[in-house]
Amino acid sequence: MAKLPTPDELSKINYKPPEKRWVNTPAEFKDGFWCFGTRPKYLQAVDMPNPREWKPIEDDWKLPENWKEIFLEGFAERLKKYRSFRLFMDICVRCGACADKCHFFLGTGDPKNMPVLRAELLRSVYRNYFTTSGKLLGKLAGAREITFDVLRELWYYAFQCTECRRCSVFCPYGIDTAEITIICRELLNLLGLNTDWTMGPVANCYRTGNHLGLEPHTIKSIIESMVEDIETITGIKIEPTFNRKGAEILFITPSGDLFGDPGTYTCMGYMMLFHELGLNYTWSTLAAEGGNFGLFTSNEMAKKLAYKIYAEAKRLKVKWILGGECGHMWRVWNQYLETWHGPTDFLETPVSPITGTKFDYTSSLKAVHIAEFTADLIKHGKLNLNPSRNDYLKVTFHDSCNTARGMGIFEEPRHIIRNVCNHFYEMPENTIREQTFCCGSGSGLNAGENMELRMRGGFPRANAVKHVHKHYGINMLANICAIDRAALKPLMDYWVPGVEVCGVHELVGNALVMKGEKERTTTLRSEPLPEKEAKENV
Amino acid sequence: MGAKDLVRDASLRLIKGRGNSRERRMGLKDLIIAKKTAILKRWFDMILGTYPEETSNHLRKQADPFANPISHTISKGIEGIFSTVIEGTDIESAFPFLDNIIKLRAVQDSTPSGAIAFILLLKKAIREELKDKIHEGVIYHELLALESNIDEITLLCFDLYMKCREKVYELKANEVKNMTFRLLQRANHNL
Ligand code: SF4
Ligand code: SF4
Repeated sequence: MAKLPTPDELSKINYKPPEKRWVNTPAEFKDGFWCFGTRPKYLQAVDMPNPREWKPIEDDWKLPENWKEIFLEGFAERLKKYRSFRLFMDICVRCGACADKCHFFLGTGDPKNMPVLRAELLRSVYRNYFTTSGKLLGKLAGAREITFDVLRELWYYAFQCTECRRCSVFCPYGIDTAEITIICRELLNLLGLNTDWTMGPVANCYRTGNHLGLEPHTIKSIIESMVEDIETITGIKIEPTFNRKGAEILFITPSGDLFGDPGTYTCMGYMMLFHELGLNYTWSTLAAEGGNFGLFTSNEMAKKLAYKIYAEAKRLKVKWILGGECGHMWRVWNQYLETWHGPTDFLETPVSPITGTKFDYTSSLKAVHIAEFTADLIKHGKLNLNPSRNDYLKVTFHDSCNTARGMGIFEEPRHIIRNVCNHFYEMPENTIREQTFCCGSGSGLNAGENMELRMRGGFPRANAVKHVHKHYGINMLANICAIDRAALKPLMDYWVPGVEVCGVHELVGNALVMKGEKERTTTLRSEPLPEKEAKENV
Repeated sequence: MGAKDLVRDASLRLIKGRGNSRERRMGLKDLIIAKKTAILKRWFDMILGTYPEETSNHLRKQADPFANPISHTISKGIEGIFSTVIEGTDIESAFPFLDNIIKLRAVQDSTPSGAIAFILLLKKAIREELKDKIHEGVIYHELLALESNIDEITLLCFDLYMKCREKVYELKANEVKNMTFRLLQRANHNL
């Protein structure tokens, strides 16, 4: 009888990764897992250092000759400036509680995506230059020099962290790896090593006030095109105002709501609501962007880009700011703005003109998240809602990292959804609220070229959606963040086809019964309302 | 050709294969089914062994499907493949699990062979688990027939893998278009 081939002879693929310690395994740049390097013109536009053409995949990054010096000086400066950063470098006891909490680790299986190891990439450099034990004992104390390979590795993994802070929820010491990534990216930016996808919006925003670099008249015409759509759907003509001095409220939303599908339907929802309330508000075509990719670049840049909104509020002499459904816009406002610019004493503590509710908690910032504003309206019974118009939807809610972990907005969007929809189901507990899984595309990682990475990073989120899709027939994933609306769409398309993505105010717009409206036959997406369609076909 | 058509095709091929050797293969099939848990475990461990050690330790420990979606997807996927190849259930019912595991591999591993190789590890798992019997030589022919079934599923998985890759490219291409949808619409309107 013929000799049986051994199993290994048939499948001669080497499955096992190299058995080396992580320090000795240089980062392998896999296609689809990294973003393109920034074009020099974007850096030049905002006076950032070391602009040049460079490609992350190439061996020569055309670094300035003294790059190590620049890097280490920047490091030292930040250790001095941010006490939290120094603390985070020092106090990790490597207990591992955070290790399996990162969606990138859970989706990629790459150990360097464990938050503890991600931080260790930078911490090892810290030890080498800034601690006595590291200086004396070197490798033995877990220290390593900054070399080109180390720099590449820092870059590769700094752009595989969405700064979502899920890991920090589980760390007994409160170490926030997101902050470590933020500083790491700052250091990389000293060497001109940002990504194109982040730097483009930064440069555009600096020039025109929005990510796409659009002039005021284009912003206006986009909003007017939505007004036309609203009129077709409801028979009601809405007349928004632009740059109107003396309006009570300045409304700011990320530009994704203006340009991107499905954000635009959310935006139509806002406008319908404001019209119905007779709200005295204005758009600004100069500050037509709530998003701030400066946050993903450097503290300085975030500060520069954020101020235009308050400068606009001052110029237009409004009383307070109402902010649309956005995540990182709120992180910037809530966590950093006061430190940068002090209390905004030229505005007033927001009071809802409809319910009289005073939003005391924002007495310094003077800005209210629209989810809180609308939840308050519903609580006071101020809206005429017909949730059955959303009966064709089975909805679940994705908590956005920034509004959830950064602000604690958990109940408001749920309260709204329960009042505008009849079918709402939660995803499993360990994937929502504080423990929510990131969309996998935040912090400027929502580019096209790194789609594989995004699909992997978003996998834990998609896995939970898949579960409710299977058990309850969920077909709509609602959220209150513009990056989510853009990023969850391809994520669902890949992992859970049949699940659409929407902002909460799209659902509000559908359910809102407006005075004098014609009978609705379509949704805000101009798709026939299923029940109406069924009746017509009888 | 859609994913569903691919499955139907493969399903037909598999049924044909099974018909020819059903009688003769009873012995082996029973043996394998009796050792299902052990084989699945062995197979699962081999797949986890393809991840770095720090990762596989975690993947082995955590049982919650939402805290450990990789392991969950892999174990459901390989159960699906097992029931199709060994127990003879139709591929359609195993398809969702198969689809998930391939989707995962298609964005985790950058080479097609690396993404698909995990299926071939089933051969290895069966051979190792039934080592003694195989050395006795009695089930050799049945084993070869069974292994062609595994090859068949491997081919199907390869087609599914290609679908996933096409999808990823499509998503890449659409990304900018989606983000500026209104603008494009407006531009067309103004033409
Ligand atoms: S949980 Fe905190 S202390 Fe423990 S390893 Fe992670 S960062 Fe370090
Ligand atoms: S902040 Fe989020 S993406 Fe970054 S390491 Fe922590 S869990 Fe991962």
